[in-house]
Amino acid sequence: MASGSSVGVGVLFENAEVTTSGRPVLRRNEVECFLLSSVDFDSEDDPPRFTALKSGNLILTTHRLIWIPSQSNGAVPSLIPLAAVTHIFSHKKSIKSMFHSPRIRFQADPGSIVVTIVFRGKGDFDGFLTKFWECWRGRAWEEEEKTESETSLSGSGTVAQGLYGNDGTVRMVGLAGILRKEQEQWESTDKSLQDAFQDLNALMSKAKEMVSLAEKMRQKLLSAPSSQNGLTDDEEMGSKEEMQQWMLSVGIISPVTKESAGALYHQELSRQLADFVRIPLEQAGGMISLTDMYYHFNRARGTELISPDDLWQACTLWEKFDVPVMLRKFDSGVMVIQNKSHSDEEVMSRIRMLVTKTETLRAGVTASDAALTLKIAPAMAKEHLLTAETKGLLCRDMSPDGLRFYFNLFPEIDPTNLHIVKDFGTYGVWVKATSMLSV
Amino acid sequence: MQKLADFKLPPFFNYPPYFTLQPVRDTREKQIQLWKELILDYCKSQKIFLIGVEDDFPLFSNSAIDRSLSHEAREAFLSAIVGEGRAEWLDKGHRKCLILWHRIQDWADMILQFVRDNGLEDSVMTVEEIRTGTESHGTELQGIDRTILMRALKLLENKGKLALFKGTSADDEGVKFSV
Repeated sequence: MASGSSVGVGVLFENAEVTTSGRPVLRRNEVECFLLSSVDFDSEDDPPRFTALKSGNLILTTHRLIWIPSQSNGAVPSLIPLAAVTHIFSHKKSIKSMFHSPRIRFQADPGSIVVTIVFRGKGDFDGFLTKFWECWRGRAWEEEEKTESETSLSGSGTVAQGLYGNDGTVRMVGLAGILRKEQEQWESTDKSLQDAFQDLNALMSKAKEMVSLAEKMRQKLLSAPSSQNGLTDDEEMGSKEEMQQWMLSVGIISPVTKESAGALYHQELSRQLADFVRIPLEQAGGMISLTDMYYHFNRARGTELISPDDLWQACTLWEKFDVPVMLRKFDSGVMVIQNKSHSDEEVMSRIRMLVTKTETLRAGVTASDAALTLKIAPAMAKEHLLTAETKGLLCRDMSPDGLRFYFNLFPEIDPTNLHIVKDFGTYGVWVKATSMLSV
Repeated sequence: MQKLADFKLPPFFNYPPYFTLQPVRDTREKQIQLWKELILDYCKSQKIFLIGVEDDFPLFSNSAIDRSLSHEAREAFLSAIVGEGRAEWLDKGHRKCLILWHRIQDWADMILQFVRDNGLEDSVMTVEEIRTGTESHGTELQGIDRTILMRALKLLENKGKLALFKGTSADDEGVKFSV
């Protein structure tokens, strides 16, 4: 159709201001609430009261209905202020409506013209209708008018008299003033809550856009680096890293890919974690429980905390990369992070040195003793002692005093000759050490 | 070295882990072996034929290191001896254990030797006399547990080496040798 929204229509459709990339220019406080494509504005009257607008994007905001043509067919971006809407017809679903594109009818001034919106594309039609009602009832434009009129009146300089100040606001005096103040506070809280929810709704509808944006970014970042456009590798890596950092900090997670292994978020987190883990790990003596690491990592991050599940996922990804740390699960179910170089042998030899000292030969060690000597957390110490027991280096002594571990002498004792004590071996040392005590 | 009566205890009797049932398999197997040998040695030296699991059996605790075996441990060690055929549970509840520091077969052999040594090849004796009579003084048969003796005698009876017969009272069970 040729341009003609101005023909015979008066001010039903105003021209909508758009940016160079086709996005509507929003007024202050105006928030987008819904976006649908393939929408027509029709007049079902005969003869039509206005020229139909065909095939455009419909943007519902808190203040207006904005229609932007999707093809450059000469049509002009147009809008109807919600303030001009006088009535929204209820939408009855009938058998006939099942076969047609959904449509909404409303009346708008001037002239109470009936406008039909036809939704030819896929979209959440019911959601739109709900939002339409909400925004229309929300009457966000009235708040603005009030603010505008208030600011235009300020600065007249006369002394305020009576209950009303010179700027049109109510003065807070006396009991009436206190009550009024409370009332206003309540109203403003209520309003800001409403606004907040409106913003939230707008954000939610933006979320879909954001997800597709994030997906595009992800694709771009994952694609093989090339320096065709003159960027050096460093620069490109730098900007890519920046992009990754930014995405991570904003917390953009592509919901589709988070489930699949190797999602960008977890990969990035995994590498970050491997770097971060180095120092706490050293301080903890080479092994740190997953819960302790959760505490350290989130404390360092400050905000944008990660969930325990994210942490665990990040750790499990380490086996895919070449990082010097690993996640390890003990039989008891305790999970720890340890240096790959930190082998069991190293800990075992430290424990062996500990339990073959004269004092510990005689009296054994508890988990807390070991923790102090080996300079590791008591829970870690216990795991190590249990592992040593399983390997046959230690054996246990359970008594009312608690659980203690001793160097395992059983292998050195000869069952065919119970009284023999070999000269070499720890058994002999133990006999000497204990005989010094016996009466 | 510690002693229980005149029995010399081995050094590891003062090793606290010895009194805790070890969870690790290899360690436990070694521990069981040591307890088996110790119990059998001790019972043989003290002529103990019966151990009650709940009893204050001297080996089960060591006051010097303030340790004693749990019920579970005691049962585990005694069961191991039973498993090897060197003991028998006298009840299903595993409360009383008959210690065979000589096997029944060994006892039977000793009885035969006893018969030959004393020229009793065709004689008659009461069971009680075998245990406590002058002939048995200084031999291993002296003070042998009645249950064990009867088992050994029955074993020999099955081999046709003797015949058991009841006397006028329960104490009067007798044996006719035909070695």
